[in-house]
Amino acid sequence: MKLAVQVNEGPYQHQATDSAYHFTKAALEKGHEVFRVFFYHDGVLNGTRLTTPPQDDRNIVNRWVELAEKYDLDLVLCVAAAQRRGLVDEGEAQRNGKDATNIAPRFRISGLGQLVEAAIQAERLIVFGD
Amino acid sequence: MADLHTVNKSPFEKNSLEAAIKFSQAGSAILLIEDGVYGAMKGTAAEGMVKDAMGDKKVYALKSDLMARAIKDDRLIDGIEVVDYAGFVDLVEANDKVQAWL
Amino acid sequence: MSDIKKFMYLNRRAPYGTIYAWESLEVVLIGAAFDQEVSLMFMDDGVFQLVKGSDTSASDMKNFLPTYRTLGDYGVRHMYVDKASLEARGLTSDDLIEVAWEDFETEEEVDNIVEPVDADQVAQLMAESEVVFSF
Repeated sequence: MKLAVQVNEGPYQHQATDSAYHFTKAALEKGHEVFRVFFYHDGVLNGTRLTTPPQDDRNIVNRWVELAEKYDLDLVLCVAAAQRRGLVDEGEAQRNGKDATNIAPRFRISGLGQLVEAAIQAERLIVFGD
Repeated sequence: MADLHTVNKSPFEKNSLEAAIKFSQAGSAILLIEDGVYGAMKGTAAEGMVKDAMGDKKVYALKSDLMARAIKDDRLIDGIEVVDYAGFVDLVEANDKVQAWL
Repeated sequence: MSDIKKFMYLNRRAPYGTIYAWESLEVVLIGAAFDQEVSLMFMDDGVFQLVKGSDTSASDMKNFLPTYRTLGDYGVRHMYVDKASLEARGLTSDDLIEVAWEDFETEEEVDNIVEPVDADQVAQLMAESEVVFSF
């Protein structure tokens, strides 16, 4: 099956990104294809490389990065949501005159069209939110 | 045509479980995840609503979320099936689409 | 472009208290370019999104009620409103905005695509959708 996953909430504040991660991992381990994981609303906060969670707790950002590395997963942060919440990559920094970037590796910032495209291309869309 | 409805909020916090039950058609599957698993407990004000739903729908609860919330098997409404994430994936595949009630 | 799918955007939250109403509209606007069969479903506090007369001048927030009125130009053919949600909130269709729609090829026009529906219709419309976006 080809799946698309939408994550509406940021790391730690809500369980949404945990549920999305474990679901996505289970799907990949079963041999399904995850076409894209699209982060919207506060979900874009999953894409910062600057978190320092406590050592004895899960590292949500790194978990996504490692999963993406292992399965070549497409992790997309919505550009409009990212701009509102201060998630910045090189391109955004240059375009918007920001003096820093904070995006984690393996994540990319792109338009809402990527969510719509994923919903069209995939056989199932699974949404995790608040 | 049968859909999988996910409910992630406690029925005592929001009306999401009630809405999922009300608007899902017979033959649907309802999966309780995150705080939604509180809807699987026996002896609550929501039990009647869930048992009624089970008349024509199948209700599931996610194991890891039950465990984290100390909801043991003997506290579950009879007939609720406990699944893990692999089971969640299977439910997604077995149903036509997934609808999230947040 | 792939097959046309029936998309439903499910709105259950009030406007302004959280960003979900506005950001879900943004998906609808962008989604227009993809020419899918789009309907919006408003239920629970989501019905408040369509209430006329919103004035955000004292709130310093962008008023996005006018955007709903343009949805007919963005490929949205149906804006369904759960009747029971309206009633529970003391609202009627008179309280809601009207959204016009026109098919520019056939020149078919509909004065108002905002349509209250009962629970059975809501369930049926959701079941018929192939993709449901939740926010």
